[in-house]
Amino acid sequence: MSRYLGWLFVAVLASVPLWLTDFYLLHILITTGIFVIAAMSLNLLLGYTGQLSLGHVAFFGIGAYTSALVSLGFDVHVLPEVTVGLAPKPAWFGVLCAIATSALTGYAIGKLSFRLRGAYFVIVSIGFAEVMRLVAVNWVELTQGPMALNNIPALTIGPAAFEISFLRKPAFYLLVLAVGVICYIVIARLVNSRAGRAMIALRENEVLARSLGIDVTRYLVLATMVSAGIAGLAGALYAHYIRIVDPDIFLFIYTVTMVIMVITGGKGTLAGPVVGGMTFGAVPEVLRAMEIQPEAQWIIYGVLMILIVYFLPRGIVPAVQAYFSGAKHEPANTAASAAPKVLQK
Amino acid sequence: MDEFLQHVLNAIILGGTYALLGIGLTLIFGIMRVVNFTHGELYAFGAYCMYALVMLLGVNFFLALPLAMVLGTALGAIIELLLLNRLRGADIDTTMLVMIGAWIVMQNSEQLIWSGVALSINSPFPADPLVIGPLSVSWTRVYVFVIAFLLICAAYYLINRTTLGKAMRATFQDRDTAALMGVRIDHIYTATFALGSGLAAAAGALLGPVFVVNPTMGDLAASKAFAIVILGGLGNIKGATLGGFILAFVEEIGAGYVSSGYRDAMGFLLIILILLVRPTGLFAQKERVG
Repeated sequence: MSRYLGWLFVAVLASVPLWLTDFYLLHILITTGIFVIAAMSLNLLLGYTGQLSLGHVAFFGIGAYTSALVSLGFDVHVLPEVTVGLAPKPAWFGVLCAIATSALTGYAIGKLSFRLRGAYFVIVSIGFAEVMRLVAVNWVELTQGPMALNNIPALTIGPAAFEISFLRKPAFYLLVLAVGVICYIVIARLVNSRAGRAMIALRENEVLARSLGIDVTRYLVLATMVSAGIAGLAGALYAHYIRIVDPDIFLFIYTVTMVIMVITGGKGTLAGPVVGGMTFGAVPEVLRAMEIQPEAQWIIYGVLMILIVYFLPRGIVPAVQAYFSGAKHEPANTAASAAPKVLQK
Repeated sequence: MDEFLQHVLNAIILGGTYALLGIGLTLIFGIMRVVNFTHGELYAFGAYCMYALVMLLGVNFFLALPLAMVLGTALGAIIELLLLNRLRGADIDTTMLVMIGAWIVMQNSEQLIWSGVALSINSPFPADPLVIGPLSVSWTRVYVFVIAFLLICAAYYLINRTTLGKAMRATFQDRDTAALMGVRIDHIYTATFALGSGLAAAAGALLGPVFVVNPTMGDLAASKAFAIVILGGLGNIKGATLGGFILAFVEEIGAGYVSSGYRDAMGFLLIILILLVRPTGLFAQKERVG
């Protein structure tokens, strides 16, 4: 039942370019979609393995920079006389490189930092993102530093004669939707598999999971790799959509936005990041429409975050599910109830 | 060689305020198990208090410092009573999220009130530096170091020699037993958070006249404080003191001889290296927690 509702929801979203002609609203939907994908990847770590990674934007940024650099080409001095260069490659190849680079970084970070837990892990992950930002600022030869990478080519797929271009907003919107659905399915398959059950087991009780023979580090590294790869993919989409990338992409506030999306929607639920992402994708626009200053918008963001932790600690999706299972109603046609039931705390 | 000595001198002077920041944060983590994201904002709050008192209200420069500290302590107590008091027993991630929310609110309030413009505070010290042989250092920085040193000594005295300090240490070691012995845990928590906040505000009030005051100054301070605390081991006061000086030293040498652009990355590179070798921090005796 819920599966059909999920596909119905996707179908409704897919029909949007047919009847929505306002490109500004479409733009908001696209950026929200990209952040929803990033939030879904964060949820895999935060919700299913229980690791609060506050440096998640690093993977997003690495993906954006990788894809931009591969499609623009670069020449960098490794040693004073030796240069490493790359001729511009097609944008779709850049996106694949972005996924691979982010996933590899995720592998390395996972291997290195999952010896740490709790507060140590959190601070090291923040530090990692901050170091990446400073590299982006200072390695001017590669990244153009604060001048930013400009004129990133738009995504195109296929041979020259039958090229499909994602330059226009409706096409890019459908691309983001398709990527989002694929990522959702990948994450759903992963968390409902043996590996996913191992992740949930170690979230619930690491010592017990270990004593049952679950190789904790292996599954944490797997989760980080998949999560980082998807975040890198989201970053690459962002780079080819906005078509300019600067070091501010690594700012802590973007990680915070992703965390808010996951927590609001419900961490450890598949639909949570989608619901939370759409809510917080809409909130800034509503506030902007009410002509509130950006600082005041952020203050409202912060207050909302505190209130959610106090009053809706498990998020919207679990609360809605509890309401409907308690009240024995038919599930309403909302995104929240379209969530497949998953193992929850 | 002279250049090296100058770097060492700068590191020692800078290390004093770093240690002050680190002690406040490590105290709050050690006793309350709260990763305090508002620490940097209290630092900024101290600097803004200094600006408001000295530049707008015309209060004496030396009187403004204790006033800023008192205000910072009071703000810390308010945050604790308002936000953390009802989260007793919540897990570390939950309190962390609330503190991130509070950080966003505080930083943007500063931005709203003071706008993004950098403000400077006049100091009453002569502009000519103090010159000792080949080394030179501004009088303001000497003052900052002396006061930071005195405050660190005062914090040690408070923690190691007073009844309140004894109650804090007891709570740190074993909360339940301390409660059974008649320690009012709730009050200890509020006092700890207020004390840590006061120290952060003092650091901000001290460094405000040295640098400029702007709304994002807290972020850099917070990231340094985190690095210092990890360096020394979470909850370790001696570790935080030494960590402050080590971080200042690494930054000075790194900025002087490697690359000044990566100055603010040095701390994080250092902690990532150290955690790979010693996951409990340099000076930890206790098992890591979290």
